Amino acid sequence: MKRWISLMVTMVLLLSTLLACGTETPTEAPATSASGSTTDNATQPAGNTAGTPESITIVSSLPRTGSSKGQTDTIVNAIRMRLEEADNTICEGKVKVNYEDMDDATAAKGAWDEAKEAENAQNAAQDQNVLVYIGPFNSGAAKISIPILNQAGLVMISPSNTAVGLTKPFDPGEPDVYYPSGKRTYTRVIPSDDLQGAAGANWAKELGVESVYILDDNELYGKGLSNVFEKQAKANGLTVLGHDSIDPKASDYQALMNKIKATNPDLIYFGGITQNNAGQLVKDMRSVGMTNADVKFMGPDGIYEEAFIEAAGKDAAEGSYITFGGVPPAKLTGKGAEWYANYKAKFGSEPEAYAAYGYEAASVALNALNQSCDSLTRETVLNNVFNTKDFEGVLGTWSFDQNGDTTLTELSGQQVTNGEFQYVQNIK
Amino acid sequence: MATRSVSQSGDPVEVHQRPWLTTRRVIIIVSTIVFLALFGIPLLNVGYKMVETPSLFLQQVVTGLTKGTYLAIIALGYTLVYGIIELINFAHGEVYMMGAFFSLSLIGLFGLSGESSALALTFGLVGIMICTMTFTAVLNASIERFAYRPLRNAPRLAPLISAIGVSFMLQNVGILWGDHNLWDNLADWTGIDRLTRIGDAMGSNMVAPKSFPSLLPNRQVPFIPDSWFTFTWKSLLVVVVSLSLLGALYAFVRFTKLGKAMRATAQDRDASRLMGINVDLTISLTFLIGGALGGAAGMLVGLYTGTAVFNMGFTAGLLAFTAAVLGGIGNILGSALGGLLIGLLLALSDQYLGSRWSNAVIFAILVLILVFRPTGLLGEEGGQKA
Repeated sequence: MKRWISLMVTMVLLLSTLLACGTETPTEAPATSASGSTTDNATQPAGNTAGTPESITIVSSLPRTGSSKGQTDTIVNAIRMRLEEADNTICEGKVKVNYEDMDDATAAKGAWDEAKEAENAQNAAQDQNVLVYIGPFNSGAAKISIPILNQAGLVMISPSNTAVGLTKPFDPGEPDVYYPSGKRTYTRVIPSDDLQGAAGANWAKELGVESVYILDDNELYGKGLSNVFEKQAKANGLTVLGHDSIDPKASDYQALMNKIKATNPDLIYFGGITQNNAGQLVKDMRSVGMTNADVKFMGPDGIYEEAFIEAAGKDAAEGSYITFGGVPPAKLTGKGAEWYANYKAKFGSEPEAYAAYGYEAASVALNALNQSCDSLTRETVLNNVFNTKDFEGVLGTWSFDQNGDTTLTELSGQQVTNGEFQYVQNIK
Repeated sequence: MATRSVSQSGDPVEVHQRPWLTTRRVIIIVSTIVFLALFGIPLLNVGYKMVETPSLFLQQVVTGLTKGTYLAIIALGYTLVYGIIELINFAHGEVYMMGAFFSLSLIGLFGLSGESSALALTFGLVGIMICTMTFTAVLNASIERFAYRPLRNAPRLAPLISAIGVSFMLQNVGILWGDHNLWDNLADWTGIDRLTRIGDAMGSNMVAPKSFPSLLPNRQVPFIPDSWFTFTWKSLLVVVVSLSLLGALYAFVRFTKLGKAMRATAQDRDASRLMGINVDLTISLTFLIGGALGGAAGMLVGLYTGTAVFNMGFTAGLLAFTAAVLGGIGNILGSALGGLLIGLLLALSDQYLGSRWSNAVIFAILVLILVFRPTGLLGEEGGQKA
C-alpha cells in the first residue's frame, strides 16, 4: 500500500514535469516532425541534378523559451506572415518553401543556451535542403553559430544581433575568427552597437546628464555596448564614475546600488538584456532611494520588450530610457506603416520591437532565393543575399555592405511612460 | 628534536642538523610574498577606502547583514536536515522557491496591494506567512516521506540523487505554477473566479520573473539624522523576522523535549530508538521545521527584493549551502553565522572589489576556511548539533 502511494506521487510529479516541458516548447513537436520529413527529402536533391529541388527550407533559431518568448513570438509571426504572403513558394510557385522554427533556449536557463544554438546550427548545416538561416537573436549565440554555418557555406540573416565584432574589427582577432572559411556568410538587417552605444551617450548628453555610472551583464552584447557607450560618453565630456559587471543570477543588487548611490550619478547605463536580471537591477536602484527624478536609467534594445517592464514592475521601470538600433514598429513609414497595420489586423496584437526586422529578414531571404532560381544552391543564395542593393523593404530602402551590415543608420529613443514604451525621438 | 646526540659508544657524532629553512617554511614565505605582491596594494587600498567614508562602509554592512539574515534562514534548512540524516537536501532551495510562489499567489488571491490599509496588511501578511510556512513544511515533510525515507538504508549517494531529482521536479512545478493560463483554466473549470487573480499576479510569461507588489514600507530612515547611513523599514522587518525565527528554532532544539529527541536522533539513531524515541516522527518533524523556515525565507525574500522566479532556489540554495558549510554544517549557530558572513562579504566585495568578483571572493574564502578548519567555523559537532 505504502509503495503504491510512493509510486502514485512519483508518477504525478513526473507527469507534471513532462507537462511543463510540453507547454514550454509547443514548437518542438512540429519542428521535429519537419526535420524528420526533411531527412527523407534530403536524398532528393542529390538524385535531382537539375538544380531545382521541389522544396527548400528556411530555418530560424531564436530563444523560444524563457522571457524572450514574447519578443520572438512576434518575430516568428512576422516571418510566417511574409512567407504566407508569398504562398510559401519561390520561383513563380515552382519551389515550395518550408519553414522550421528552432529554439535556442532551454527552460532550465530561461534564456539562450550555447549548446542548443550549436546544435541548431549543426542540424541546419547538415540538412542540405536548408538554404537560409534566420537568426540568432542574441549576439553571444551568433558567436557560436557563425563559425559552424560559415564552414557549411550557409547564409545567415540576423534580425537582431548588434555586437560590433561580428562583422567589423572590435576585439583582437574579430571578426576573422568567426569566418574560418575566409568568406563572409553572415548578414544582419539591424545597425550595430557602435552606432547604438554612441547614440545612447549622445542622447544622455542631450538629456542634460553630466555624470554616469555604467553597468554590464558580462556578455558579448552587453559588454560591447557598454564599452562603446563609455568611450562616447567620455568624448562627450560626461564624467564616467565607474564601470562594473553584474552577476546576472544574484537575487538582489542592493549593495551595488548603495555603492552607486554614494557616487551620486545623474544616469545609470546598463548594457545587457532583460534575461540577465535588468528588471531586478532597476527595482533595487529605486529601492535604495535613487528616484526617477534624481537618477535616470538608460538601457539598450536588449531590454526593449514588455518582459522588462513586467520584471521591473511598472513603478520602478517608469521613466527608463531605452535606445533601439532601429525604429519601433508603430513609427515605421511607407511600406513599414502598411506592414504594421497588416500585422495588427492579422494577429490582433502589437508587434514587439524586432518583429519588423524578422519580417525584413524573411523578405531579403525570399528576394535572394527568387534571384537564384537557376541554381538553388547555398553558394548562389549566399552571393545573392550579399548582393542585396537598394532593397525596398518595410525598414526603408537599404543595401548590405561587403561586411554584411545594413546601410540603415536610423536609431530611436524610447521612454517608459505609464507602464508602456513611448517613442520619444530619433537619435544619432 | 635533539640537534646533537651522543652515540652509545660515547663518541660525539655529528647528526644531520635540521636547517631553519625547511621546505615547508620556504613555501610559506614565498607564498606570503607572492600574496602580498599580488594583493597587498589592493588590500591596502580597500582598507583605506573603508576608513575614508565610514558611513558608506556601515551602510554596506547593514545591507550585507540584511541579506545575510535571509541566507541564514535558508542555510538552517540545509543544516537541520544534514544534522539529522546526513543528507544534503538539494531540494531545499526549491522548497524556498515554492514558498515565494505560494505567498505571491495568496497575496494575489486576497488582493493585497500597496494601497491596502495598514491593519489589513499586517493581518494579511501574518496570515499568509503562517499559511506559507504550513504549506512548505508539509511539502518538505512529504518529500522526505516519499523520496528519502524509502532510501534511508540505501548507500549515501542514492538519496542525494533523489534530492537532485526532486529539485528538478519542483523547478518544473514552479514553471507550471507561473503560467497564468493554468489559473484561468482552473478558474473556468472549478467555477471559482477568484483564481484568475493568481494568474494576474503571475504576469503574462510563465518563466519570467514575477513581481511582488510593494507591500512593505520602503522609506529610507537615517540611523543618525541627516546622514548617508540609512535603513528601510523593509530591511528592518526582514532582519527582525529572520532573527526571531532563528531564536525560536534555537530555543526549540535546545530546551524542549522534542528538540532533545532531535538531538538524540542526530547523535545515534539506533540508541535513540532503544530509548523509546520515535525516530521516523522526529525526522519528519525536522523536515517540517526546515520546510517552514524555507517557506518563510521565500516569502521574506519575495517581499524584500520584490521578485520570485522559478530558478531562484538554485542560486539562493547554492549560497545558503555554502553558508552552512562555511559555518559548520549540522550546527545551527554555525550556519546562521555562515549566512551572515556570506551576506556581509558579498556586500563588501560589491562595494570595494567590483561585483564581478563577488562570487569568486566568496568561494575563495570558503576554500581558505575549509583548508584550516575542515568542519567549518564553528565545527560540525562543536556547537549544538540539531
